[in-house]
Amino acid sequence: MEPIKIADVQGIITQLARQDVYIHLETTNGAYASHFNEGFFSAGAYIRNAKVNYEHGKIIGDGPYRVGLKIEIGWIYAEGLTHYEFDEQGRLLLAGHGADGKLAVALEISPTPFS
Amino acid sequence: MEKERQVLVIFPHPDDEAFGVSGTISTHVKNGTPVTYACLTLGEMGRNLGNPPFATRESLPLIRKKELQKAADVMGIQDLRMMGYRDKTLEFENDEKLSNMVTELIEELNPSLIITFYPDYSVHPDHEATARAVVRAVRRLPKASRPKLHCLAFSKNCEEALGQPDILVDITPVKDQKIGAMKAHISQTAWMLKDLEKGIQQNDPEALKWVTVERFWSYQWENDTVE
Repeated sequence: MEPIKIADVQGIITQLARQDVYIHLETTNGAYASHFNEGFFSAGAYIRNAKVNYEHGKIIGDGPYRVGLKIEIGWIYAEGLTHYEFDEQGRLLLAGHGADGKLAVALEISPTPFS
Repeated sequence: MEKERQVLVIFPHPDDEAFGVSGTISTHVKNGTPVTYACLTLGEMGRNLGNPPFATRESLPLIRKKELQKAADVMGIQDLRMMGYRDKTLEFENDEKLSNMVTELIEELNPSLIITFYPDYSVHPDHEATARAVVRAVRRLPKASRPKLHCLAFSKNCEEALGQPDILVDITPVKDQKIGAMKAHISQTAWMLKDLEKGIQQNDPEALKWVTVERFWSYQWENDTVE
């Protein structure tokens, strides 16, 4: 992965619009957050292989970045994104990594189902 | 340590075995006991991906699979099973099916000892779900033919609730295998190994604990509350 280049990512988001795609969306503090810090309120959410067809999407911000996808009767968004990869399977992998090297958020868009 | 006929180790994540059990596993292997390690997931949801990242959410499982195979080699495990579940989803699986998976392993392997987590005292939801599935599967067997069940616990209240661990394994003869197993999972352990190796060199008692003794609780059937 490399640090997000906003124009590059915007181009890929637009390229993947208006077709059936599969979404992986995840945010997490890690399963041990409340073990190491008892006062910590741990929360997270995860969806894998949600099939959607978004009419358009945007990436916004000065870094970390926010991405929003407008679907037929709703929305998908993620914030805190720092890195991206457009892989050989035509998948856009976006992730937000903290200074500690841990993943905090991921938004991935793929024309084929994730394994 | 008692010589076992067959050991079955069941954990949900690659590296769960390394910290608490790799010395014990290596000792059984050294004693000539066959050890099967059933690892339920590939740790797909691990958060240590680095910054700058060395892996993506999609490439991490492949990396961790190789690390798991390497750790198994270091410990001398001949029978490593990757069970194909997904990280962080075990508690949402069908409980009956998860227990049946364990039952099938027990029927096939006829272990004299099973090692897993202690239900209610092992912090991560996948650890808990694995532990419950193992307890349910062993509980189905007639009392006289149940294998021994040794459990790892590390929640903050575990000693208060369970007492001191009754099984202590001296792992000093297999210290190198233990460090090797922890090192094999380098994508997840790099951050802690740096401090640990320094501590071992300086004879820091906290660090030495990792390479001298492993502790287990025999499952307390008389206080069994697993549903």
